[in-house]
Amino acid sequence: MTRTIRIECLRYHPETDAEPRLQAYEVPFTDDMSVLQGLQYIKDHLDGSLTFRWSCRMAICGSCGQMVNGVPRLGCETFLREFWPGTVRVEPLEHFPIVRDLAIDQSDFLAKLESVKPYLVQKAPPAGENTNLQAPEEMQAYYRYSKCINYLLCYAACPQYGLNPAFTGPAALTLLHRYNADSRDAGRAQRMPVVNQEDGVWGCTLVGYCSEVCPKDVDPARAVNQNKVNSTLDYFKHFLFPRAKEKS
Amino acid sequence: MKRSNKPIFWALFGAGGMLSALVGPMLIFITGLAVPLGWLDRETMRYERVLAFAQSGAGKLAIVAVISLFLFHGCHRMYHCLHDFGIHVGRGLKAAFHGFAAAGTVAAIVLVLAV
Repeated sequence: MTRTIRIECLRYHPETDAEPRLQAYEVPFTDDMSVLQGLQYIKDHLDGSLTFRWSCRMAICGSCGQMVNGVPRLGCETFLREFWPGTVRVEPLEHFPIVRDLAIDQSDFLAKLESVKPYLVQKAPPAGENTNLQAPEEMQAYYRYSKCINYLLCYAACPQYGLNPAFTGPAALTLLHRYNADSRDAGRAQRMPVVNQEDGVWGCTLVGYCSEVCPKDVDPARAVNQNKVNSTLDYFKHFLFPRAKEKS
Repeated sequence: MKRSNKPIFWALFGAGGMLSALVGPMLIFITGLAVPLGWLDRETMRYERVLAFAQSGAGKLAIVAVISLFLFHGCHRMYHCLHDFGIHVGRGLKAAFHGFAAAGTVAAIVLVLAV
């Protein structure tokens, strides 16, 4: 059965528009159509100038994060039927500059992601071995945090990032933790300065909305707050033994 | 990257949170309700018994811990709530909140030692 729903999209072209505006479209939809498919209908049939990011259509690529009626969600995983007969308002993720319409500029996050060294800093294998083996329990220590795919819904949800863009933020700190918690990794000493700074884990006040909106159940709030404990231990260790070489 | 000094205050906040969650409600129940209303033996809080508690080493430590850590917990929480509500207090008010807790701690130590 085809019904019609009103989709309001935020439109903004920084080079020509003085300020963002909402533009409404009447979109025919079926029960199995997502918000992303609604946007694709608009682009194909109603207004080819609407700009938005998307790729996989199945919640694995991390492209179509948007504010849907004020909540950070994935366009591909949110269905239009949920809102009918009401209106769907689609806006770009909060707290990020707009490149055009619904596409945001991710540069700030990408710089932060790079700063946490989100890769294995290889640990020397045990004597006589040429690889670092890992037990299933050791994998469990970080597996949940490795599921992050940088949708950035958590940054749009984080009031602290909104107040202070210097805050390293949920996803970057979670990925930092993912590698620190990996038994094969030797990069902890290089990552702790990021954790320990004022804009590291200490920028978080445990509001917890990041974990609520995460579509991958990564629980960034938990990762960040585990690192408040780690940072505190590191602080007192540094206080007691200021000249001790940082071990990984 | 400059190391934050937050771990000191967060550790006090965390210790206070743990202590207040574990003993706070029961302390209020016993001293504020159960004894005054006679649900528990009134002798429990008799002056001589409380004095003896405050004069023992463990008692002094317990009194100072409860007063000091509760204060640090509450002040830290209020300071961060102001921030979350959009009231961005500067260093001055931060110092005032933690200073208040520190002053309460010093007062508790001095008074408990004087008992």
